[in-house]
Amino acid sequence: MRRRPLAILGTCVWALLVGALAFVWVFPLLWAFTTSLRPPGQLGSQIASLWVHHPSFANFTEAWSDAPFLRLYYNTAVVVFGILAVQLVTITLAAYAFARLEFWGRDLLFRVFLLQLMVAPSALIFPNFQTIKSLGLLNTRLGIMIPYFASAFGTFLLRQTFRAVPRDLEDAAAIDGCGSLQTIWNVFLPLAKPTLVAFSIVSVVYHYNEFLWPLIITDTERARTVTVGLASFTQSAESGAQWNLIAAGTVIVILPLLVVFILFQRRFVESFMYSGIKG
Amino acid sequence: MRRVRRRWRVQPYLFLLPSLVFLTTFTYYPILFSLRQSLYQASATVARPTFIGLWNYANLWADPIFGQVLENSLEFLAGTVPVTVGLALLLALLLNRPHFLTTVFRTAFFYPTLLPLVGAAAIWLFVYTPGYGLMDVYLRGLTGGGVNWLGSAHLALPAVMILTIWKNAGYYMLFYLAGLQTIPAELFEAGRLEGATWSQQFRAITWPLLGPTTLFVVLIASINAFQSVDQIWLMTGGGPDNRTNLLLFYVYLVAFQFFDLGKAATLTVFLLAVLMAIAAVSFGFLERRIHYEV
Repeated sequence: MRRRPLAILGTCVWALLVGALAFVWVFPLLWAFTTSLRPPGQLGSQIASLWVHHPSFANFTEAWSDAPFLRLYYNTAVVVFGILAVQLVTITLAAYAFARLEFWGRDLLFRVFLLQLMVAPSALIFPNFQTIKSLGLLNTRLGIMIPYFASAFGTFLLRQTFRAVPRDLEDAAAIDGCGSLQTIWNVFLPLAKPTLVAFSIVSVVYHYNEFLWPLIITDTERARTVTVGLASFTQSAESGAQWNLIAAGTVIVILPLLVVFILFQRRFVESFMYSGIKG
Repeated sequence: MRRVRRRWRVQPYLFLLPSLVFLTTFTYYPILFSLRQSLYQASATVARPTFIGLWNYANLWADPIFGQVLENSLEFLAGTVPVTVGLALLLALLLNRPHFLTTVFRTAFFYPTLLPLVGAAAIWLFVYTPGYGLMDVYLRGLTGGGVNWLGSAHLALPAVMILTIWKNAGYYMLFYLAGLQTIPAELFEAGRLEGATWSQQFRAITWPLLGPTTLFVVLIASINAFQSVDQIWLMTGGGPDNRTNLLLFYVYLVAFQFFDLGKAATLTVFLLAVLMAIAAVSFGFLERRIHYEV
């Protein structure tokens, strides 16, 4: 009986301390949201406060007309889902081969695949730029996407999952006259759904947020993605210290992922967790 | 019968072909391409690349900016990795309990993972603005105010490091939370029965059993540290006076601003060697410590 008040006190201290730190963590985001709603007149020293008198959407209208956000969103959407669609095909086929087929050089090839885990594409921006240039893919969405069409990470995740699929199910499918592709489609993929969802979330977030590669591949607005657009938008607005505009532009860019995250929080957290355990 | 057999032999390679085509073009070939080009003098001013052997490497060593970049990168590594990993472990320990606030707190620490680094950097540009930015307004009591974080040779790199720690701690926290869930509760119960204090339990149970997680997180954090570039591009451009110029940003500058192709290739080879060395060291540890279940 004596421990109970102590435990409650402990929980209160915990909530206060962790809560304070959590507040520090979300403060920059809260600031970006409130400042994006701050009317252009209210600048000066009060811009650091979280309180806004007479919030308005004026910054959003101005930011929206200053940068071609629709075009940028569209390019990002094509890039992100284009990469994902091709990746799902390439990793499924490769993961099945590594998990279930016997062939000469399998272990060696698998190690060769895993090399990509260490040599992330961002380290290869210089030589890959030369390749994209000689393929004539500069300033195209395909040029942004194509280095990511194969994924060692995805292949590895999916291979682990495929290896856990019971042999009986596979044999049953073979008896029913299914070929390899049909077996993959009817047996392996349905069972690997959680892995596929986890991989998809991580892939989409990664490529939505990517910056340097799309930056060097594009020098016009034609194929530019939102992150590249935001960076040049920020640079021009920063020189005029238009922080409310920068905040609005940032919110426009980060909002889609944040909204999906809030809606599917557990899925997101589990996916990122899972990607680490298996990786 | 013969047809079936042959199909079985070709099929695995057919399944690997799509992946191999892209991996070859964008991972293996560029490595070889960089190795080769690093032996040539090639730039916008030279009409035809000339073979110069290892001179690019010798020049790199003599390049004072490269020395500075190397120093910055090591400082960045030493300043971000231990703090981020330690913070991630601390947060995981604090948030590994059933309480309705736990989910809220976890979300608060995790959300920066989902932000694009340039978006985060845009916000943090304001955090560090002298005079009326968040640091100056809210930490005036500590700093005295009027600090030009990103313009100072001493503070610019730490400022970028703070943003990086804020961005990644919540991500690594997830791995520790997952690791904590794999520790059997009976171990802690046994410890408690024997009267072990919290710190004894931590040293005897939690820390050793989280070893593989720590190794994995340190590996990812180190690789990320050497590839940090987005925040540099937006916040400092490598300045002031190259004090925030990191390895990958230098590759970017040399290749796409100075158009010195031979040097860019040499820097790429150096970066690859660093990444491979990190991976080799950690795989060496991993093979010894973790037993994969098949």
